[in-house]
Amino acid sequence: MQHTISVIVENDFGVLSRVATLFSGRGFNIESLSVAPTNEDGLSRMTIVTRGDEQVLEQINKQLNKLIDVLKVLDFSDDSAIERELALIKVSAEDDARAEVLRVVDIFRAKIIDVTPKSYTIEATGNPLKIDAILDLLRPLGLKEVVRTGSVAIGRGAKGWNG
Amino acid sequence: MRFHMKMNGARIMLECLKKEGVDTVFGYPGGTVINLYDELFNFKEIHHILPRHEQAGTHAADGYARATGKVGVAIATSGPGATNTVTGIATAYMDSTPMVIITGQVPTALIGNDAFQEVDIIGITRPCTKHSFLIRDVKDIALTMKKAFYLARSGRPGPVLVDFPKDVQMAMGEFHYPETVEIRGYKPNLSGHPRQVEKAVAMILDSKRPVMYVGGGAVLGNAAEPLTALARKLSVPVTTTLMGLGAFPENDDLSLGMLGMHGAYCANMAMSNSDLIIAIGARFDDRVTGKLSTFAPHAKIIHIDVDPTSIKKNVRVDLPIVGDVNDVLTKMIKQVDKSDDKLPGFIADLASWNADIADWKEKHPLSYKQSSTVIKPQFVIQKLRELSDDDAIISTDVGQHQMWTAQFFKFNKPRTLLTSGGLGTMGFGLPSAMGAQAAYPDRQVITICGDGGIQMNIQEMATLVQNRLPVKIVILNNNFLGMVRQWQELFFDKRYSSTCMELPINYIKLADAYGAKGFLAKKPGEVEDVIKQGFEEKGPVIMEFMIAREEKVLPMVPAGASLNEMVLNA
Ligand SMILES: Cc1ncc(C[n+]2csc(CCOP(=O)(O)OP(=O)(O)O)c2C)c(N)n1
Ligand SMILES: [Mg+2]
Repeated sequence: MQHTISVIVENDFGVLSRVATLFSGRGFNIESLSVAPTNEDGLSRMTIVTRGDEQVLEQINKQLNKLIDVLKVLDFSDDSAIERELALIKVSAEDDARAEVLRVVDIFRAKIIDVTPKSYTIEATGNPLKIDAILDLLRPLGLKEVVRTGSVAIGRGAKGWNG
Repeated sequence: MRFHMKMNGARIMLECLKKEGVDTVFGYPGGTVINLYDELFNFKEIHHILPRHEQAGTHAADGYARATGKVGVAIATSGPGATNTVTGIATAYMDSTPMVIITGQVPTALIGNDAFQEVDIIGITRPCTKHSFLIRDVKDIALTMKKAFYLARSGRPGPVLVDFPKDVQMAMGEFHYPETVEIRGYKPNLSGHPRQVEKAVAMILDSKRPVMYVGGGAVLGNAAEPLTALARKLSVPVTTTLMGLGAFPENDDLSLGMLGMHGAYCANMAMSNSDLIIAIGARFDDRVTGKLSTFAPHAKIIHIDVDPTSIKKNVRVDLPIVGDVNDVLTKMIKQVDKSDDKLPGFIADLASWNADIADWKEKHPLSYKQSSTVIKPQFVIQKLRELSDDDAIISTDVGQHQMWTAQFFKFNKPRTLLTSGGLGTMGFGLPSAMGAQAAYPDRQVITICGDGGIQMNIQEMATLVQNRLPVKIVILNNNFLGMVRQWQELFFDKRYSSTCMELPINYIKLADAYGAKGFLAKKPGEVEDVIKQGFEEKGPVIMEFMIAREEKVLPMVPAGASLNEMVLNA
């Protein structure tokens, strides 16, 4: 079962490696991880996409909470959160393919952010499934390079993570 | 306005230790802690003990902490000094010992440059510390130390490492020790939820075959008293893990002794036939559960632990209670008192369960075949119990002798057994005893070691003699790495690959070389005399017993077998 967790952490020296060590040391799986400062002083937020059965997910949750630098673990189990990911995609596109690339970009409401006679660079955002879908369509046209940020997630509704 | 004197960072560190009530530290000097040692030179409030190896210093701080319940403190220089502490730190981590380890570090400007004796000790120890800090500024020392001690001793205790660069030791600053400390990501849940306590007591009073399964958490959480009171009030039998020994008096009728791989038959049978297991500060380690899929098939499980990650890690749990074990047990006693209408009926119903247990106890008690020609190790352990003080502290090394001690010594008081349970660290016995003796100079401290493990920190004989620490060292000499040999005998057709210690050591001469006394017993008739002579000596002694070489630790649940599939005599 795939699962998205947000972790609010002190943005102290070493916190990223504590989380990474925890996952590797206990054999937990990381599909993606993104981290950046929040609006609150001294706090960063990690979004981790992981995989495991219920018992593993419960352990991940508890073990993260046990880290001293972790303030809060938000467990987005059901549809309680909105997830987005950004991808930068370089495709080689010459002749006929150029028009096809533009059509795909248009359908996915993505953007061209760099262009050469032989290539386009595309910026796409959306939930991770949408990114998978645009990549599937662009792949036959000639993917040269793909950079994905990994998911970030935020809870639905008026409330912030701490109320 | 109060006037604050400026002092250097090294001195501030010592003032912090003093504020934390530290009276003894175990440390080894070197280039990046030379400033700290320079301050220690005139700092009379802290007694510094110089071990002969940093690993031993760390085990000594661990032994000090296990025996007293206070935070143990170890110091090492950067680089090799720091890496030498790693085994000691991991040992403490696995058994949740409260400890602060201060390591020197190269000056902050050089960190990351592969400077002389630089090592990323925070990185190396990250998986085996509760937390760690690098102090980058002299003004951060006091708050960091306040946090370090608070983290080490609160919640589920553990070792905390503080990396202390040389330039920060030399920088000048003022000393203000914070009165309180807040760590926003750290709020251990100490108070057991009253609803859960109520439910737990109701489950117990509904059960017919309950058993208390007690781990090291009950010792760490100072819960021996409410545990004993609750068990006696309910007449519920109690089994402990290796780490839980001493939390419940083994001379009580309700005691089943130790459970698990080398546990008592009655304890493992009780677990296997129970309908309710009350786990108290225990973590369902694989050495205890045997094969998980057949573990306690009929039992509901109540799990009380201060660390939520211990709960449901290995086994399903019907009722979790997160909280300090002392708090939860005390609340349970009160709750039982409120349900006293049900209590007599419950206890009356336990008669048949307690009769089953009495049967198991009688059928296969822990036993061994006495011999008139060769010394049986179990006999030595029994004689040691008989001849030692009531409040003697016993430390062990790791191997067969450790299990014989756990089976036959009979521990009645908490913090009287110091043993490396989680990591199983050979070399732990002697230095941990040294730490306990430093804490309690007037109590009898005995370490029981094998001929293999004693050599792993034998250099500490020098520390004992120098510091007049009269540790009684017992060596059960089978001239084998006995525990491994036992496995080779049982599971590898007696192919004794590298487990025979070919070279006999003359321990009497060795003791003499360090300025201590040594005694040797070769025949059963000599055992008592040697123990008496050893105990009478004022200083440290070695008492060596040439034991039956191929004696096995029994009973045994082979790795991967179910708890009720014990090998009773092989
Ligand atoms: C540091 C370390 N190395 C290896 C082991 C594996 N080991 C466990 S018990 C044992 C044999 C110990 O022999 P000895 O000290 O003579 O004790 P005995 O079992 O003979 O009583 C060994 C090698 C260990 N636990 N710790
Ligand atoms: Mg041996």
